[in-house]
Amino acid sequence: MANNQLKRVDIIFSPYSVAPYEILRLTMHKEKSDVINELIESGLRGRGGAGFPTGLKWKYLAAEQDSEKYIICNADEGEPGTFKDRKLLVEVPRKVFSGMAIAAYVTGAKIGFLYLRREYRNLIPQLNKELDIFNESAKKFGLDFKISIFSGSGAYVCGEETALIESMEGKRGEPRNKPPFPIQNGYLGKPTLVNNVETFASTSMICRIGADKYKALGTDDQHGSKLFSISGDSPKEGVHELELGMKISDFVEEFGDGDTKAVQIGGVAGFCIPRKQFETSIIGEGNTTGGATMIFNSTRSMYNVLHNYLDFFAEESCGQCTPCRVGTQQLLKGIEAVKSGKKPASYLDDLIKLSKTMQITSKCGLGQSVTNSFASIIENFREEMIY
Amino acid sequence: MTTIKLKIDGHTIEVEKGTTILEAAKKINVKIPTLCHHEDLCVAGNCRVCVVEVKNRHRLEASCAVPAEEGMDILTNSAKVRNARKDIVSLLVSEHNTQCTTCYRNTNCELQDLAAEYNVDGNRFLSVLKPNLSIDKSSWSIEKDDSKCIRCQRCVRTCAELQHVNALTAANKGHEMKIATFMDLPFNEVVCTNCGQCVNRCPTGALTERRYFDQVWEAIGDPNKHVVMNTAPSVRVALGEMLGYEVGTRVTGKMVTAMRKMGVDSVLDTDFTADLTIIEEGNELLTRLKKVVKDGDKSIKLPMITSCSPGWVKFIEHMFPNHLGHLSTCKSPQQMFGALAKTYYAEKKGIDPKDIVSVAIMPCAAKKYEANRPEMNSSGYRDIDAGLTTREFGLMIKQAGLDFKNLEDTAFDSIMGESTGAGVIFGATGGVMEAALRTAYAVVTGRKVPFENLNITPVRGTDGIRAASIKIEGCLPEWNFLEGVELNVAVAHGLKNARVIMDEIAAGKSKYHFIEIMACPGGCIGGGGQPIPTNAEIRAKRTKAIYEEDMGKPIRMSHENPEITQIYEEFLGEPLGHKSHDLLHTHYQKRHRH
Amino acid sequence: MLEISEIIQEKVAEHGRERKALLPILQSIVNLKNYIADKDMVQIAEALDISAADVYGTASFYSFLETEEKGKYVIRVCKSITCEMKGKHCVLKALEDTLKVKLGETTHDGLFSLEQANCLGLCDVGPAMLINEQPYTKLTPDSVHEIITEYRNKVK
Repeated sequence: MANNQLKRVDIIFSPYSVAPYEILRLTMHKEKSDVINELIESGLRGRGGAGFPTGLKWKYLAAEQDSEKYIICNADEGEPGTFKDRKLLVEVPRKVFSGMAIAAYVTGAKIGFLYLRREYRNLIPQLNKELDIFNESAKKFGLDFKISIFSGSGAYVCGEETALIESMEGKRGEPRNKPPFPIQNGYLGKPTLVNNVETFASTSMICRIGADKYKALGTDDQHGSKLFSISGDSPKEGVHELELGMKISDFVEEFGDGDTKAVQIGGVAGFCIPRKQFETSIIGEGNTTGGATMIFNSTRSMYNVLHNYLDFFAEESCGQCTPCRVGTQQLLKGIEAVKSGKKPASYLDDLIKLSKTMQITSKCGLGQSVTNSFASIIENFREEMIY
Repeated sequence: MTTIKLKIDGHTIEVEKGTTILEAAKKINVKIPTLCHHEDLCVAGNCRVCVVEVKNRHRLEASCAVPAEEGMDILTNSAKVRNARKDIVSLLVSEHNTQCTTCYRNTNCELQDLAAEYNVDGNRFLSVLKPNLSIDKSSWSIEKDDSKCIRCQRCVRTCAELQHVNALTAANKGHEMKIATFMDLPFNEVVCTNCGQCVNRCPTGALTERRYFDQVWEAIGDPNKHVVMNTAPSVRVALGEMLGYEVGTRVTGKMVTAMRKMGVDSVLDTDFTADLTIIEEGNELLTRLKKVVKDGDKSIKLPMITSCSPGWVKFIEHMFPNHLGHLSTCKSPQQMFGALAKTYYAEKKGIDPKDIVSVAIMPCAAKKYEANRPEMNSSGYRDIDAGLTTREFGLMIKQAGLDFKNLEDTAFDSIMGESTGAGVIFGATGGVMEAALRTAYAVVTGRKVPFENLNITPVRGTDGIRAASIKIEGCLPEWNFLEGVELNVAVAHGLKNARVIMDEIAAGKSKYHFIEIMACPGGCIGGGGQPIPTNAEIRAKRTKAIYEEDMGKPIRMSHENPEITQIYEEFLGEPLGHKSHDLLHTHYQKRHRH
Repeated sequence: MLEISEIIQEKVAEHGRERKALLPILQSIVNLKNYIADKDMVQIAEALDISAADVYGTASFYSFLETEEKGKYVIRVCKSITCEMKGKHCVLKALEDTLKVKLGETTHDGLFSLEQANCLGLCDVGPAMLINEQPYTKLTPDSVHEIITEYRNKVK
């Protein structure tokens, strides 16, 4: 397939180095500022979905003067269609913990948590075994940093970093007002770094292969490799590591079942791309992704798909802010009303407008991102919403 | 102090770092609408009504929560802002029971005001109001109607931040999110103190006091009933707010006339029993001091704490059930009044007590509960038949069609209508303490308390906890044992401060002899039954009015009230005597903490 | 069986008598008996010196912290879109048939509660469900019957 730009890579799941936590040991011989600069140089962006430059985040935490700092690995992936973190924690937890430890080394944090979503509770015994090895290694290397597991309790919104912190503090997982950001005022009011599982794994791999090699992957504006959780109408469901910069058509060709009608990129909080837009890049403008990619073939009702998403949002909104709590209910009831003929088709336009209001007024990313899938499905599959 | 410069609607303004956009806008008289915001409470930022546009930012910012930053260029009224606000208000309306005409808060509702201001179209969105929501009327004091709730969580924050009771919480999430008690139990089964501070801060009709004015009208209209009304000190400095007066206007004389015109048979004053409370409670304090200082009796609890505030009483019953011995056994002035109305008053007036309906007009929500405590029947009847709030009473005046502003001023009826300035100041935090000290000092030394004009300023003010000590010198012979004693007193208002005081006592570290505690911030002038809205400025004006009323009284010490002298001579006998014990004192009970 | 007070003690020792101990305590109780009873919440509130309403408000936020009595095994069927596409409805129907309960109910013997859950993170191997914390994937009506039978036999 000469034209297909899709390139598989095998960095993140590559075998471990021989001695446990060898990358960590070696990295600890480097200057802290060099490590941070290397990360910045690599162009790595947060792999949870929001896409903030990781190196900068670390630099900010390192600059905080507090003696008490926390490193939290966000393993609360709850986005429907996302399961890459699970695979990482099952197959290469050592890389994740290495990333956290390197962050601790360069920022001076002494305590780390793996915030593990409740649904992955069955992984705890094996993760604890690995943590024993880690904590022992860290001690041997002279790194004063300990990681423990904090189990979630079942709330999608806790993937939002301030909600996650609230939850760790024993409260309802309601996102905080920002500013202040966790980097200044996080867990227990202390400077806190929250990064996604894949982000930490990627940082340890960057420390292993170097920024240059990492940066060489992908395209000019999208560096590195990325894990994609692929599900839906695909014969190749699962987690795949791909170089960034491919077109959706390349992707569909590789992973679709030959009858692909639409691809949901970035989970339900992302965009639904119809066939006519397959020639665009998979990470387009403002289209950062946590890598959840769901493929729908022509037998699927996009009304059902959207209904399912909205049902999810209406349940998983934390409920504190008006646009998200009530808006999600309105969108859900609204498409039902149009479908049943109780509201005219033009009501869909009112609902899109409402979803745009939710985008600019909601307190956190949950309410802000509902419009992505909502507007893209309504705009591209309008007939299916009505008839 | 670091300052920053920003632009709001084209005006450049310099503000202190940390100032929110909302506060900055207020400084230049730019009004940004709010709902979840309340001056007394911490920032929530959850209603999103206060969003503004910051140039070069796609998303709007919640002005109550976002600090102003150097160089910000803010638009508070752009098309983008207006459209977003209208959407948000429309969403709240779509979740709301919009039967405004039958709502107690009709015409005094923040959501209604905003819906009108933004001309919200009720058909814009579908109704997502949950069906079959029932109203919780289990409590004597407070009603909760979830169909009116906009989930701003002001009540939750009030109960947590101001009162440290936390009877209310946000429960569930998503579309199921609601304000709930523990396990969503009815109000009368949970730790609620009935203080009504949540009611004062609810922007809509979701939390209201239970209303009893219809029963009162019924009694007034019944020729066989003799209706006796008594009004608490703080009602007269707040009632005017409901009837077209500036905050802080005293309307005592017009209030009395209004009651008479409404058909009340006897218009009396709770201030009278406030004076009586001072006599009973003062003597109780002196007796406790005597037993401790002179007799070394270890069973006597000091500090002694006031018991006038029924919200506070229920708080200690729930939170510190093992320390009830510190509470004065005195009933509150309302309950003393009720017990005497159906005994002393009935006897004097020759009326069968069964025909007397005693109604209390109170600044309070908890007084309703107090009136219905099972033990409050020492007259042989229900001592108080109905407790109304200032708000209910204001509404009754409106219902009666009275031209309140043009009523003449008249005086309370007798007996039980005479009071002193000491009784009046019960209405403000520190007032009971001041009144007690005025009398106790005079009783013990035969001299006036050594403060100019009897104004004991150290116990006045707005600090949550205020302490003072007064050295007792030159005692009369029978009080010799108090000679040279430094009497340590403290005043606390708001239950959060009550908890601080009680934690000290529980730890055995309290240095005080006598403490006044009021459940509500500001004392009764800030009570849960007072006109809505409330804030520090309003409370300060009401307080000022209370002290003006005191200064205007010819007699300013409770023991000099001639009607008080009379009641002891003709009825009670002596303070803490047999009759007092039966009618004016009470007991408390341990309660659970959830 | 571990007493609730022992769980509280243990977690308070680990996390301090602080609010941050709350979720670990609630989780441990759920691990023990699948739900948190009213009286447990009162006990926790006392131990952490917070209000019972706050404990309830927090617990009710999280979908795995049930405050109503549940069966020994709580079955949570994933209802996210990919599981739905792969036949969740048939799986659910099969569960209802074999357990003879409707969604949201508990079997008479107190053994199974049937619930739905949002995404379980098993989208590539759906339809999926959890029984307590054990995941089951690529479910079919037949496999569901087998799994339930296995659990029933385990108890016998």
